[in-house]
Amino acid sequence: MFESLQQGLGTALKTIRGHAKLTEANMRDGLRLVQQALLEADVSYTVVQDFMARVSEQAVGEKVLKSLRPDQHVLGIVHRELINLMGPVDHSLHLRGDVSVLMLCGLQGSGKTTTCGKLGALIQRRARKPMLVAADLQRPAAIEQLEVIGSQLGLPVYTERDATDPVAVCHNAVKHAKEIGAEVIILDTAGRLHIDEELMAQLQRIDHRCNPEQISLVVDAMTGQDAVNSAKAFNEALELDGVIMTKLDGDARGGAALSVKAVADVPIKFIGTGEHLDALEEFHPDRMAGRILGMGDVLSLVEQAHQKFDQEEMAAQEARLRKGEFTLDDFKKMIGQTKKLGPLNKVMSMIPGLGNMADMLGDVDAEKDMRRLVGVVDSMTPEERRNPKKTVDQSRRRRIAAGAGVEPHEVNELVKQFEGMADLMRRVSNMGIRDRMRTMQEMAKGSMANPGGLLTKQKVGTGKRLTPKEKANLKKQREKDKRRQRRNAKNDGNNSP
Amino acid sequence: MGLLDKFRQGLKKTTNLLKTDIRDLFKGEGQLVDEEFLDQLFGRLIKSDMGVQAAGETVEEIRSTYRGRVTQMEDVVATIKAKLKSLLAQPADPIRFAPSGPTVIMVAGVNGSGKTTSIAKLGQMLLGRGKTVVLGAADTFRAAAVEQLTIWANRLGVEIVTGPPRSDPASVAHKAVARALEIGADVCIVDTAGRLQTQQNLMQELTKIHRVLGKQIPDAPHEVILVLDATTGQNGISQAKHFTEAVHCTGIILAKLDGTAKGGIVVAIRGQVGLPVKYIGVGEKAEDLALFEPEPFVEALFEDVGSLAKPK
Repeated sequence: MFESLQQGLGTALKTIRGHAKLTEANMRDGLRLVQQALLEADVSYTVVQDFMARVSEQAVGEKVLKSLRPDQHVLGIVHRELINLMGPVDHSLHLRGDVSVLMLCGLQGSGKTTTCGKLGALIQRRARKPMLVAADLQRPAAIEQLEVIGSQLGLPVYTERDATDPVAVCHNAVKHAKEIGAEVIILDTAGRLHIDEELMAQLQRIDHRCNPEQISLVVDAMTGQDAVNSAKAFNEALELDGVIMTKLDGDARGGAALSVKAVADVPIKFIGTGEHLDALEEFHPDRMAGRILGMGDVLSLVEQAHQKFDQEEMAAQEARLRKGEFTLDDFKKMIGQTKKLGPLNKVMSMIPGLGNMADMLGDVDAEKDMRRLVGVVDSMTPEERRNPKKTVDQSRRRRIAAGAGVEPHEVNELVKQFEGMADLMRRVSNMGIRDRMRTMQEMAKGSMANPGGLLTKQKVGTGKRLTPKEKANLKKQREKDKRRQRRNAKNDGNNSP
Repeated sequence: MGLLDKFRQGLKKTTNLLKTDIRDLFKGEGQLVDEEFLDQLFGRLIKSDMGVQAAGETVEEIRSTYRGRVTQMEDVVATIKAKLKSLLAQPADPIRFAPSGPTVIMVAGVNGSGKTTSIAKLGQMLLGRGKTVVLGAADTFRAAAVEQLTIWANRLGVEIVTGPPRSDPASVAHKAVARALEIGADVCIVDTAGRLQTQQNLMQELTKIHRVLGKQIPDAPHEVILVLDATTGQNGISQAKHFTEAVHCTGIILAKLDGTAKGGIVVAIRGQVGLPVKYIGVGEKAEDLALFEPEPFVEALFEDVGSLAKPK
């Protein structure tokens, strides 16, 4: 998501790293590169100026001399200031007891209609009854689009086919919502330019007639410097409550996210991260800032995992793992769960240290491979799934391959890969969280050296390897012990008679 | 209204903004070109979305020419104009028609960039030149995209070829070209679903559509147009790169230039990807499409600045 910005900042900060102490001069160079990275990420020029001023103020001078690790120090300041710039965020939609009205507005093509559906799905997940309102009477087929989305989600959609006044449509929709018992209604207004006074006045009229609880501006993450202009204008006309940023699943650096909050003082509440109607996430400035700085977004990943993983299944799996049991069925379940998290590349980019791996995987269709793997597992008997290495012989292999529609050698590859995985699982299951992370990172490094290669079973060391000095010491000790034994034996012999 | 007027009208708001900005930099009689001045100039240029590189180059040129001198505004503006023109250097580049048979135009772009509206405008323009047009609704993914294009087709009075939702877009594109061949149409415009340039699978799908079109008519598609939202920031470069890699784009339609966005990203795209701008979208109506010409584009950006400075 923010990879490009991450890369930019990474190189920028590398130049600061390596100096023993920050001086005004060497930091200025680095900070100029940070400034350039932010500008290339489409952060508003004015915001960047303020940001750089704040960062230099804190970094230059006394603090710098006292800090032991300059790179950590500057990173800390940049990180904290990025969070300050984007936060704080209030994710609540401030829904009321009876009927709440949410209103979406924005420029053309920012993604209002899709977001309307996503927001409806989100509210539905929170056990409230939403209703979508097609108040975009301008764009051809906008009404049909919302109807299709509504039917996909099983949500009611209020439309008036031949209406010309969106204000009236919205007003009627509120009345209709009460009749059908909808609790939250979402107004999908037409896209408009912020300098179109007539249409902006129309938005104000909708605002007055329907008195929405929340007005959200929908902003395209790819927007450049103009983002602050439109956000400002919409905010002046309507008093926005929040911003929903869309299309963050691309490679847009999303600098507009930093700008909008700073300039219009409107927080970003949600982000759109995919084409699917459940791809709407809460916006977390701290995590986003962490991601920008290359710290990864473990927190986001954990939250997503919590939402989608079947807890019990996880627990059962975990228990088996602890005993060192790991079957192809578990392997298959893991694949299924990984898929639930979203596109594989996205998942990987959220794990620290694996961001680059996602880049390299770019051209490999990982999901397709995963489907093939699942197909192979499905063609096995329970016994084969439990212990593929012992049971799958040549004839079984041929049978499985035929059943899954793959070449026999692919079955072999799966079994090999599974052995490596099972081995890894056994090792990981005995580790604490820190060691797990380290193992993951080592895996990432290993696969970078051998990107096409598969996970293979690793040789495990038998114990600690000794230095020559230690060996010599041990030998000495052993000889000492022997001598003592001999001496004791002699003494015993002397005493016994 | 002449084409140039329409062009100017679309850029008016942009011009007003930029005009005031540049004028603000010069106080009174002359202006000392110092670091503070250059920083301000850099900021103004950055705000047009032209990118750090192009803005930096321009500022560098002003620095080396005028550094430490008290300068008249028109000199500086003239230098900036000249620099931008050289950065943007491209001839006007209208649709190139196939020597014989239907000309196939494929239109691609990210979600919400304005593809469907741009197709309608393109269709209107071609109809005005007496061409027969067939539209191919190969956006089978987005809800009601086909309906949207159908409404436009009805308004323009042109034929449209559609497929069922979620069907293979390449097959719809194929059918559209087949229909164009059958009725001997001059132009076939193929709409595609919006997609982010980082979605590998969807980009491969786009390449497939491109390939399928080439199988029916050699050299087709004759034009592959990337529709770019004028509000797009530096991500525009990535869009231009990836779409060009996937389907060999021949040019850009810069849509939504009627807002306050300056569309400066095309300067960066020209510099880094080389893709020229063919047309600009300057309004919501079907006729609001103008041929892009770099001279008036840059001129319009700085319109009146020189003349306003003269009476002193």
